[in-house]
Amino acid sequence: MLNITEKILARASGKTSVSPGDVVFVNVDKVMVHDVSGPGVMAVFEKLRKTGMKIDKIWDPDRVWVAEDHFVPAADKISAQNIVLLTNFTKQFGIKKHFKYGMGQYGICHTLSHEEAMVLPGEVYVGGDSHTNTTGAMGAFAAGLGHTDVAYVLLNGKIWFKVPETLYFKINGKLPDHVMAKDVILKIIGDIGTDGAAYKTMQFGGTGISEMSVESRLTLTNMTTEAGAKSGIVEPDQKLRDYLAERGVTKYDEVHGDADAQYEKIYEYEASEMEPIVAKPFSPENTVVARDLSSIELDKAYIGSCTGAKLEDLRAVAKILKGKTVKIRTEVLPAAMSIFRKAMDEGLLKIFMDAGVVVGPPTCGACCGAHMGVLAKDEICISTTNRNFPGRMGHVESQTYLASPLVAAASAITGKITDPRDIS
Amino acid sequence: MEPFTKIKSIATPLDKVNVDTDQIVPKQFLKLIQKTGFGQYLFYDWRYENGAPRKDFVLNDTAYENSRILLARDNFGCGSSREHAVWALDDYGFKAIISTSFADIFYNNCFKNGILPIRVSDETLQKLFSTKSEIEIDLEDQSIIVDGVTISFTIEPHWKKILLEGLDDIAVTLLHEDAIVRYEKSHKI
Repeated sequence: MLNITEKILARASGKTSVSPGDVVFVNVDKVMVHDVSGPGVMAVFEKLRKTGMKIDKIWDPDRVWVAEDHFVPAADKISAQNIVLLTNFTKQFGIKKHFKYGMGQYGICHTLSHEEAMVLPGEVYVGGDSHTNTTGAMGAFAAGLGHTDVAYVLLNGKIWFKVPETLYFKINGKLPDHVMAKDVILKIIGDIGTDGAAYKTMQFGGTGISEMSVESRLTLTNMTTEAGAKSGIVEPDQKLRDYLAERGVTKYDEVHGDADAQYEKIYEYEASEMEPIVAKPFSPENTVVARDLSSIELDKAYIGSCTGAKLEDLRAVAKILKGKTVKIRTEVLPAAMSIFRKAMDEGLLKIFMDAGVVVGPPTCGACCGAHMGVLAKDEICISTTNRNFPGRMGHVESQTYLASPLVAAASAITGKITDPRDIS
Repeated sequence: MEPFTKIKSIATPLDKVNVDTDQIVPKQFLKLIQKTGFGQYLFYDWRYENGAPRKDFVLNDTAYENSRILLARDNFGCGSSREHAVWALDDYGFKAIISTSFADIFYNNCFKNGILPIRVSDETLQKLFSTKSEIEIDLEDQSIIVDGVTISFTIEPHWKKILLEGLDDIAVTLLHEDAIVRYEKSHKI
């Protein structure tokens, strides 16, 4: 009667069974830090050293991987210095999986987690970033931690969790052509609120999920963070196995929930009833159907981030932009070099450039307001990203509307928020 | 860490819901690598305009200058997992935050840095927002005392022990893994 999350946590803590609310010490399979959390962890190490603790090795360098994503290309002197620090850190502790900007594959940490098959089904994965939940779509338990907790895991390979309750979201049927996973998760967050899943797991299942690509599922789990969830998860299936096989990985130990698994609550949605949804400033729960916002004039369209710049997201954008010209400033930033390359091979970059779009390197960039095209005061942006808090993408008085890649592309053409069904 | 026992202070009322960690410490300060000195960046974009303090922001009100307690609304600390947010609150001088709800990662990060986050009911929070009196927080007793009224609160036993004894979570967990599980089991709230 255990669900997949309980089974993974039971296995990782050497127990036959666990229940929501139990405290368990789990063995961690993989850990990730990036160019913000890495230096944060180093600061914690420094503090520990001052208390007399000797830190000259970490638990298992082969289970740790490092991404350069928030402030690359180096936004200024301090971020350049942080990359140097991160490099010294990985050298010092013998961490080999360091995806470096300008040296082949690199990209947003959550994107690398699936593009590079860094995390496998059944594993416990933690990272120094709140959107670590993304990787739960690989059938793993994936949760974000603060710097102190990541430091602890790096030293011990373990962490304690209170076993979360699970909310099960059952999606029935196939999504209409103009609707993407982003619309589904925005709809759900609008329904349950930004703390609707606080300290809970959001599990997605049903025929709607079986129909969905792995990349679409990753959009769902990515945004579970925006509902306050501890983690998001999808059970492994043949699509996931194929996805991993394409990346040369066939050996892993899948975990599945029991047939009579228990959930705190089950929510049911009909895929055929879904519509393009947009979240208005300044909260992802502030959702309405895209058509209700057709009078909103925009300054910019941003197609990027771990949520909205995977290959299928770029294909969706290209479908809309083909043969058209953008009316507002538009940027496409593929989420990893591997995606950038595929977009080039498939001719998507040409479509973007012909439409007048700037194509930029993989980075968290303006999604978190770091650099690479941030917003000015009073500017309004439609974005395929995951947060629209005040100042998230730039000035504290700028505004971000969250939308699917299809809606963002349609809006880029008209200069106003546009439902993709309403363009010729 | 300094043991947390009792504090008594007026409370700074931050009357906003869904305050995310980027409001607490804006992204431009994440590049700094030291763990101290973040207090000056706390609520930076709300606190300053072109480098000058904004008169309409509560932290710039001299009445709250020595406040050690922050009153917040629903879902405080949502968004990015950056621990810098807690480092900034601590460095500024806040030792307790009272709200109806906190985001999960932020909530855990508080305890790692000696800050007590307290969850209270809507009614209690309203009462605290409406008083100008000093508020006393007694962790041992799990109570908030204000205007002669005592309100109790709940806290996970493990976190209470950590704060009361000023223990470093990493060191404690290293030594007492089994004890923590036993302790949590016997004190389930």
